[in-house]
Amino acid sequence: MMPEVAIPVLLPLLMGAISLAVHRHVVLQRWLGVIGTGALLASTLWLLHTVWHEGVVVMHMGDWEAPFGITLVADLLGAIMAVLTGIMGFATAIYSTATTPRGHEHFGHWPLLHLLLAGVAGAFLTGDIFNLYVWFEVMLVASFALLILGGERAQMEGAIKYVTLNLLSSMIFLSAVGITYGLVGTLNMADIAVKLADVDQPGLVTVLAMMYMVSFGIKAAAFPLFFWLPASYHTPPVAVSALFAGLLTKVGVYALYRVFTLIFTHEVDFTHEILLWGAGLTMLTGVLGAAAQFEVRRILSFHIISQIGYMIMGLALFTPLAIVGGVFYIAHHIIVKTNLFLVAGAAYRMLGSYELRDLGGLYKHRPFLGFLFMVPALSLAGLPPLSGFLAKFLVIRAGVEEASWGIVFVALLTGLLTLYSMIKIWGEAFWHGVPEHVSDTGALTGERPDPELWKLYLPIIGLAALTLFIGLYAQPLYELAEASAKQLLDQQVYIEAVLGEGQS
Amino acid sequence: MEPLMAVLVGIMFAAAVYMMLRRSIVKLIIGLILLSNAANLLFFTAAGLTRGAPPLIPLDAEGPVGAVADPLPQALILTAIVIAFGVLSFALVLINKAYQVVQADDLDQMKDTDT
Repeated sequence: MMPEVAIPVLLPLLMGAISLAVHRHVVLQRWLGVIGTGALLASTLWLLHTVWHEGVVVMHMGDWEAPFGITLVADLLGAIMAVLTGIMGFATAIYSTATTPRGHEHFGHWPLLHLLLAGVAGAFLTGDIFNLYVWFEVMLVASFALLILGGERAQMEGAIKYVTLNLLSSMIFLSAVGITYGLVGTLNMADIAVKLADVDQPGLVTVLAMMYMVSFGIKAAAFPLFFWLPASYHTPPVAVSALFAGLLTKVGVYALYRVFTLIFTHEVDFTHEILLWGAGLTMLTGVLGAAAQFEVRRILSFHIISQIGYMIMGLALFTPLAIVGGVFYIAHHIIVKTNLFLVAGAAYRMLGSYELRDLGGLYKHRPFLGFLFMVPALSLAGLPPLSGFLAKFLVIRAGVEEASWGIVFVALLTGLLTLYSMIKIWGEAFWHGVPEHVSDTGALTGERPDPELWKLYLPIIGLAALTLFIGLYAQPLYELAEASAKQLLDQQVYIEAVLGEGQS
Repeated sequence: MEPLMAVLVGIMFAAAVYMMLRRSIVKLIIGLILLSNAANLLFFTAAGLTRGAPPLIPLDAEGPVGAVADPLPQALILTAIVIAFGVLSFALVLINKAYQVVQADDLDQMKDTDT
């Protein structure tokens, strides 16, 4: 019995319930938010520590042995993702205390935040494909409600697209689960992996693989299924946007990694070829969309899409080095992307706009913020010595080894165009002087002091430090990614941990 | 029974997609409702239909006697129905609010956030 794996799921659920019970006391909810997410981070670090030292952690709910009971599993990939969930939850919770409008806090911002984290952690740690669907829904319902808190017109329009496409994806997923159950008679992922090898219907198995790919592809915002993301991610308050940007699409990517390394490895030539094409087109369309935009959060939203391409590329190449690169990329990207949204929120706090033509003079008056923007921005573009360089290097190196020159070219071009749009933000918002039509610069120059500004800076500094740390001292994360890739490519480790020795 | 269900599921999926492609948000929601029910029926059919054999174990036996219905898909569909119910009630509140804000039942007038 290993309770570590259950705590990151149960703790935010409990915190959500308590926050809901004290919904009249906003200050109490804030404290619960910061302490609860901090405790979540601590528990996920404990989980990662255990997985690193003792191997895959498995817990059978109610002592019903797999494949009959509900199983929670944490292998290294799941544990790394859980730690990132903890970091993002903690950072955005601190940030929310200063930036979330009071009305949103009264109408359930904090409980929803906890439930969202519970859904994400549950999706990362479940070992059962139907439960993956359930955790997806927990996460989605919380995110729907977070997205429309405030009820502005843009939020409604964004939410309708977001809700429709995510429900469509969930229904495809549910249908696929149904067919899986009809085919192999089990829902435990390790057991499916074992029994699917004996199924003598290759056509149906391929159809099933495609259904999972489409469904997770919509959730991960891969080409050509990404249109809901840039339509909705820039509408909620910035702390919520940052959390969505960091975590939600990565749950889809995680599900792709899980399903296409554990279950559908029989026909790699076919399925992973499609993934490779998807990855290339995702990168290209995402970055071209970003280059065309002039609103900071929209640029960043399109960049989520282009970066998803790199992660899927790591999975699609399906060599040990490529998987290492993919896992490394996910970890790097979650930190960097959230941080960029947080910096955009700080700029909004000073100048009251996200439009590039209304921004300016940030470097002159706030040089430190300029530095803090440079770190994640250049890391996203992949400049050394930041974390993005190594992540891109690993993925592209894997592409070169496989001699997939097309995807290597697209990846390099995407890096260049990412740099272009980061320079665009830098030039317009930071380097450029304050535009003449902006008269209210008190918050920018510090004439009107902002006592809560440190709450914005604290998570930004923390995440930037983490980016620098990963870039300059990459060894620990690289070793983690390498070990998790080894686990992902050797399905027996996972299967034996879940089903017990002697299976397969 | 299975062929009949398969045809029904196909018709429901087709109807759902048709409804979702219309311009009205109300029809969009009707499409979503049909879609979730179609997915549930698909699950039910794919898992195998058994008529009139509850999975009960007689008092003096160790296991069930003869062929029985598999209770697991029923439990799973029950979960899926509850989730779909919750999500759809959210969607109804959402379109009500969207109608108040946008003053139209027309998805073509909700393109401000598209890029």
